[in-house]
Amino acid sequence: MTAQDESVTDEVVIEITSMNKWFGEFHVLKDINLTVYRGERIVICGPSGSGKSTMIRCINRLEKHQRGRVVVDGIELTDNLKKLDQVRREVGMVFQHFNLFPHLTVLENCTLAPIWVRRMPKAEAEETAMRYLERVRIPEQAGKYPGQLSGGQQQRVAIARSLCMEPRVMLFDEPTSALDPEMIKEVLEVMVDLAESGMTMLCVTHEMGFARQVANRVIFMDEGQIVEQAPPLEFFQNPKSDRTRLFLSQILHSQE
Amino acid sequence: MARPIHIVHDKAETLPPPMMSVGVARWLKDNLFSSLSNVVLTVLVLYVLWLLVPPLLDWALFDAVWTAASRQECWDTSDGACWAVVITRFDQFVYGDYPVSERWRPNLAFVLLFVALAPILFDRMPGRRTLLLFSAVYPVIAVILLIGGLGLEEVETARFGGFLLTIVIGITGISASLPLGILLALGRQSDLFIIRILCVGFIEFIRGVPLITLLFVASTLLNYFMPPGTSFNLLVRVLIMVTLFSAAYIAEVIRGGLQAMPAGQYEAAKSLGLPYWKTMRLIILPQALKISIPGIVNSFIALYKDTTLVIIIGLLDPLGIGKATLSDTTWQGLSTEVYIFVAIFFFLCCFGMSRYSAWLERKLHTGH
Repeated sequence: MTAQDESVTDEVVIEITSMNKWFGEFHVLKDINLTVYRGERIVICGPSGSGKSTMIRCINRLEKHQRGRVVVDGIELTDNLKKLDQVRREVGMVFQHFNLFPHLTVLENCTLAPIWVRRMPKAEAEETAMRYLERVRIPEQAGKYPGQLSGGQQQRVAIARSLCMEPRVMLFDEPTSALDPEMIKEVLEVMVDLAESGMTMLCVTHEMGFARQVANRVIFMDEGQIVEQAPPLEFFQNPKSDRTRLFLSQILHSQE
Repeated sequence: MARPIHIVHDKAETLPPPMMSVGVARWLKDNLFSSLSNVVLTVLVLYVLWLLVPPLLDWALFDAVWTAASRQECWDTSDGACWAVVITRFDQFVYGDYPVSERWRPNLAFVLLFVALAPILFDRMPGRRTLLLFSAVYPVIAVILLIGGLGLEEVETARFGGFLLTIVIGITGISASLPLGILLALGRQSDLFIIRILCVGFIEFIRGVPLITLLFVASTLLNYFMPPGTSFNLLVRVLIMVTLFSAAYIAEVIRGGLQAMPAGQYEAAKSLGLPYWKTMRLIILPQALKISIPGIVNSFIALYKDTTLVIIIGLLDPLGIGKATLSDTTWQGLSTEVYIFVAIFFFLCCFGMSRYSAWLERKLHTGH
């Protein structure tokens, strides 16, 4: 625990203040307040429909919040597209269904954004891409198309693709939920490795083992609210709210 | 009673497939003789072919007359096809009324067309970048060659005819309507209300009107809207109408492709910080266009064949030349030969497009 916390600084990366969001009439996010410091590794859990995915998707404005403020790296998210793209460059995202570009090879998937967004020379972008593909232990697949890889390999490529932009924050939206059980481990290993390197991470997941191992804060959401947040040890051993206790008893029961 | 436990220690051997499941024998058996009814059908079809093909070949090739001064001379010589009509009028079928001394110009433009098309059609060819520059300036070169300028004698577009006219309208229409169709399809999906309404309105209007009507508008009405005294070349007006017409259809085909894109592709592009136009160009359109290839080529083939409609506003496309030839007393009554000849020309062009699209689809397949 203490070893992990050393990487956390007091520099604020994400500041969410009284954020509210509605889907039509449905109030999905209710008065969310969250401050994320550089180096933090936050796991967000909660029952399905609790708004956890929507919340992290508001951080790079894949979803628009309707009330409140979201400030990322000192830039407030508004309809200003230029500033928005600036934020998105610094915030990587990994999706449940990978969302790799099927018409491009693994290497091209990884070099596309550095070349076209960061204007990196092609050779340099390829070098960076190979470095990250090695880091996710998949360099030998660089020339293949995503459709030729297994789910676990695709997700690792997706992680490498995000890392190639050298983001300051990584968002993970249920990265292992669409994977076959035997592939979950290879993806989690990559994520643990990333966490240990000091990356600021927000991760929506039901992998409580991962939360225990790397998180320094666990957030529990229910019905659009942040119900409880605590360091993992405290969160798992001594949950304060009834809703958290109920959720933990359900999820831990099914996992163990 | 407990069952004995069965454990396999050796790996199973891999064997070649049985004789009858591969090769020619297999193909014949599967496709022609798989059941009694198929055997009967196969034999029946072979019999019908035997009845039809030899007489057809006799007429079209072995008994055909290739040189003659008139239809009478043909008919006096043989019962076969009188290709003499096509051969005598061949130059007219190709160039229309284009001045004989200047015909090297369309010839050269035609050859250069392939040089310009090659780097666009085949993305792996060597020296593609340099050649693409040539493709970009080719339209200017072609216009100068065909119409004149820079010291070349001017040729009125009214003298264009035959295959030359078909190719000019077809190629221009195809290459202009694809980009326009893409823009219309994107516009129709735009978040900006005005742009969306304009695109929807344009597409629905054009699709709701027959091409012939548009061509009539081009040949007659359009001049009323122009300031008095300006005369606006008829061929250019036709090109504009054909392009607009085809673009509306292509826009709808591409919209189908765009709608097949999963939201995740847009989200992934956004999350990497790619702005709208780069997302479209690098992520969405390559995939959407790939799905749309069969529909796009379908529209191109339809456009190419629709160029024959220009006959009704007085331009002499191959069918127009054919009609003129058949009204000549020397060659009257040879409509079969003339129309078969024109049909072969159109078939070769359209079949070529169709094969190219099949090849492109195979090449773009990345395995899923």
